[in-house]
Amino acid sequence: MKHRRLSRKKGLSPAVVPMYLWTILFVAIPLIYILGMSFLKKAETWGVVMEFSLESYQGIFNPTYLKVFGQSLLIAFLTTCITLLLGYPFAYFTAKLPKKWRSIVLLLLIVPFWTNSLVRIYGWIILLQGNGVINSVLLSLGIVDAPLKMLYSFGSVLVGMVYALMPFMVLTIYNSVEKLDWSVVEAARDLGAGKWRAFLTTTLPLTMPGIMAGCVLVFVPSVGLFFISDLMGGGKIMLLGNLIKNELLSAHNWPMGAALSMVMMAVTLLLLYLYKRVSGEKSLEGLL
Amino acid sequence: MTDSILALNQVTKHFGTVEALKGISLDVKKGEFLTLLGPSGCGKTTTLRIIAGLEVPDSGTVLLQGKNVTFWEPNKRNVNTVFQNYALFPHMDVFHNIAYGLKLKKEKKPIIKQKVQEILDLVQLSGYEKRMPSHLSGGQKQRVAIARALVNNPDILLLDEPLGALDLQLRRQMQVELKKLQQHLGITFIYITHDQEEALNMSDRVGIMNAGALEQLGTPDDVYERPATPFAARFIGLSNIFDSVVEGKDSSGNLILSYAGGTIKAQGEASVGDILTLSVRTERVLYGQEDRFGFSLQGVVKSHHYTGGLLRTVLQLGNGEELTVSGMGGGDNRIPTGTRVSIQWDPACSVIVERRRRP
Repeated sequence: MKHRRLSRKKGLSPAVVPMYLWTILFVAIPLIYILGMSFLKKAETWGVVMEFSLESYQGIFNPTYLKVFGQSLLIAFLTTCITLLLGYPFAYFTAKLPKKWRSIVLLLLIVPFWTNSLVRIYGWIILLQGNGVINSVLLSLGIVDAPLKMLYSFGSVLVGMVYALMPFMVLTIYNSVEKLDWSVVEAARDLGAGKWRAFLTTTLPLTMPGIMAGCVLVFVPSVGLFFISDLMGGGKIMLLGNLIKNELLSAHNWPMGAALSMVMMAVTLLLLYLYKRVSGEKSLEGLL
Repeated sequence: MTDSILALNQVTKHFGTVEALKGISLDVKKGEFLTLLGPSGCGKTTTLRIIAGLEVPDSGTVLLQGKNVTFWEPNKRNVNTVFQNYALFPHMDVFHNIAYGLKLKKEKKPIIKQKVQEILDLVQLSGYEKRMPSHLSGGQKQRVAIARALVNNPDILLLDEPLGALDLQLRRQMQVELKKLQQHLGITFIYITHDQEEALNMSDRVGIMNAGALEQLGTPDDVYERPATPFAARFIGLSNIFDSVVEGKDSSGNLILSYAGGTIKAQGEASVGDILTLSVRTERVLYGQEDRFGFSLQGVVKSHHYTGGLLRTVLQLGNGEELTVSGMGGGDNRIPTGTRVSIQWDPACSVIVERRRRP
């Protein structure tokens, strides 16, 4: 036994080879590729010039780009806050439902995600647009006189983001609430805590790992998601994802796109790290 | 009734289609150590949760210190619980676990500190303030759970199988400590267990529960020596339980009953022809001795079962019925199987647990 344990420490079990291969092929190499690309120069017409340059990184300090950064982080932050505020009660009460109902509610949450996400976003457009469903109802009820301008705004992009990322928040929080030992909450009640106090002192801290994981799972993609702001922002709302997409596909400025991607990653990691330091939260240990 | 601290009155509760409690009435005196004993699913935990306020009964009332608290929230009752799995706050250290209730009462910091210190001394866990529950052994968690409840000086401490998860040695030790603690503090304990030894050993009174009903409530001696129902007789100790028919009375007022082709005697009131279900504790049955009680049955030693301290012997009676006897019999002085013996017991040990008229 001892011999075996020693050899396992030194060598690799064959079972981890696919994982390493995957990580190297699809994570490490692309990252290094993008990192390298970001230090190159854009060629006059097409492609890149193999020449070291900090041009792209300097270009980021352009006020237009900084504004995009700000707007992206703001949207990501608001999306995270809203999904948390809506998702927590949803997850909490779902976890408290009888078992039979729980799976039905979770199924209803997940079923829309079996269809294409573009289709679902178009659904929102149909709801929100000038002659869309919501406006028609409001008009016919006489609540408004003229159609509300809801689509193609910061708000509509936010709605789309919240909608698209809500399941990540709900499912992770649901998981942690469902695993909660309710006798601990009862103990708090028994020791004199009212319903709210018991929630704040036991349920909330004990589901914090789920909240943290949910926030990361929502925040990180919402910084880079571009198709929602494309479709629901009508090109007026420029987020980091859109910017990167434009640099890569329209402007053919690959070094710029790569540099933006690297900075986006760095900013996201930095924010998560800061949050971890400030909150002293240990549940992000695996993520950072 | 002035010293009654808790009264349950015809409390019922059902979960879905399951009737968990079928009308429990119970009066608990101040300073008493009362144990609810029963198999799992008998409703004892539900009873406890209703007293704590964690469940609301379907009907009936709960009086605490004479006040009707049936619908009060758990945090409004001066009753604290030691939960079965301890339910310590896993994200708080020992100090903050114990201080939780005191903080809610808005006690001043130095007072909290002092009280926590005192209670930790009492449960012999001084110096463990900074430990997290995950770094405590089962016995230590148990003590923290007890300290966390006791520090609030509750009117009643409810204990839901608090020793269930501990090994036998530790359990015995904790039984002694808990009993001492209870006598020292004079707090009323309502204790739940399915362990009869624990119940008999610690309690002032034992309530035997079965299928949502309180079958018998009495002192440990009462419930052991004078079980009131067949279930009570079967659940505690080892009993011979059988039906017999009343034939008459002897000169000293004992009932004479026919059983297994012979006659036996019992104490109590019954008319001729009644069918009585009797319970006779196995250690009360004597065999192979001279006649002392004015009756005897004939039987054959069928088998011996050695269980360490006690020897259980199965005797076969004339008509095929069997009686179990337990007694000291560790050595080589066992009566060989197949030996014919005469069997007898003190009529006072024939306890009537059920009676029916002859149809």
